[in-house]
Amino acid sequence: MWPPISTRSTLAEALRGWPAPALDPGGPAAAAIATLSWVLLALTGLILAIVLAAIALALLGRPAWRAWLSGERLVWIGGVALPIVVLTGLLIYGLTTTGRLAAAGPPGEMRVRVTGEMWWWRVAYLDAAGREVIHDANEVHIPAGRPVTFELEAADVIHSFWVPRLAGKLDMIPGRRNVLRLQADAPGVYAGQCAEFCGGPHALMGFLVVAHPPAEFERWRAARLRPPAPPSDPLAARGAAVFAASGCGACHRIAGSAANGLAGPDLTFVGARRSLGAGILPNNQGTLAGWVADSQAIKPGNRMPPFRTFSGEELRALAAYLEGLR
Amino acid sequence: MGLKLGSSGAGAAVKRVTFLMSAGLAAAACDGGAVQPRALANAEPARGRATIEQVGCAACHHIPGVRGPKGRVGPPLEGFAERALIGGRVPNRPDLLALWVRDAPALVPGTGMPPMPLTEAESRDVAAYLYTLNAR
Repeated sequence: MWPPISTRSTLAEALRGWPAPALDPGGPAAAAIATLSWVLLALTGLILAIVLAAIALALLGRPAWRAWLSGERLVWIGGVALPIVVLTGLLIYGLTTTGRLAAAGPPGEMRVRVTGEMWWWRVAYLDAAGREVIHDANEVHIPAGRPVTFELEAADVIHSFWVPRLAGKLDMIPGRRNVLRLQADAPGVYAGQCAEFCGGPHALMGFLVVAHPPAEFERWRAARLRPPAPPSDPLAARGAAVFAASGCGACHRIAGSAANGLAGPDLTFVGARRSLGAGILPNNQGTLAGWVADSQAIKPGNRMPPFRTFSGEELRALAAYLEGLR
Repeated sequence: MGLKLGSSGAGAAVKRVTFLMSAGLAAAACDGGAVQPRALANAEPARGRATIEQVGCAACHHIPGVRGPKGRVGPPLEGFAERALIGGRVPNRPDLLALWVRDAPALVPGTGMPPMPLTEAESRDVAAYLYTLNAR
């Protein structure tokens, strides 16, 4: 298989460079985990040093020291008491840290439902009553500096939601709803990746979390509550007709049009997304046309069949229409 | 001048290519043997390759030396430097190629290749990279 482009557009953003993103926290959840990692590393390093020193002493030390080392008292202290104390302390520290991260936020906190699908992410923004009011895919917009509750679900197999700079991994399990509270301290784009092997193109299942300044986020949210205007450009209008006539709406929904399929990603604002194919390609008319005509060459095994029925002009019209949905 | 590019290692070739010919179209056309780097003012193949990856040309084209999928919607671009026609319709000239990669429908209205989000300078870089792709 070709080197996954996701290593550049999502995974590389997510994993490249030093400090590694998991150790370069962009929010409190990731910061707690980064601290936990450093504490573990320091503690295990200290224990390793003690063990190595004991080995060196046992091999090379004076007879009196070696006799002391092999005494029953040291075995009880170093072999039983110390591990019990250290491991119990770490267990309590680790469980309280991760438990705090998994706790649901207070009522009224922004909630996003992300559902892992083979091999993309269904995203729904909930209102105060818990109704899904905005539908999107493969990109989550949040206000910076505020905690957001993520409800993580899975539609088919186990996936894992991982934004290294914002939090640890949390599995998405069919039939369960796992809760994760995330906060991005600063505006920016944070890359995420499915972290649990989920079949075929698992490695090509990326997404982005986009953190806006709060006022900008409110504008974004208000704009998303209304469907985009119908295309005025003649080519894009032709694309809308081709979309409707070709049955794309059986799998894809575009609010404000007759397309209401739920099997694939919601395309209401597909032109506004930063990436295509779940974080693996830049999003423009060219990649949109390529994806529609033959996504199997780009992301082998994905659920969208290739459409080899369009003329060149129809394909361009479709791409123009989709790019204009923003 | 007249630098012949090996087919191995497009990256190395990119570094070696220099575009010193100012108006080398005629020269290239008259040279029956070695393939000439085509004249593109201020174009830089290495920059073009980065641009190709940024805009995702590989979604439709298999392009040697470029990271990404091996798209099958458009023709593979291996050996593009020696191809006579662009898109089967337009003479493979540097100025036309630079226009084609940015706005193909302006040259061939029925094409399936959409306009790409490239500046004029970026399109020249992209064209310069494509001219490093020689057949074996």
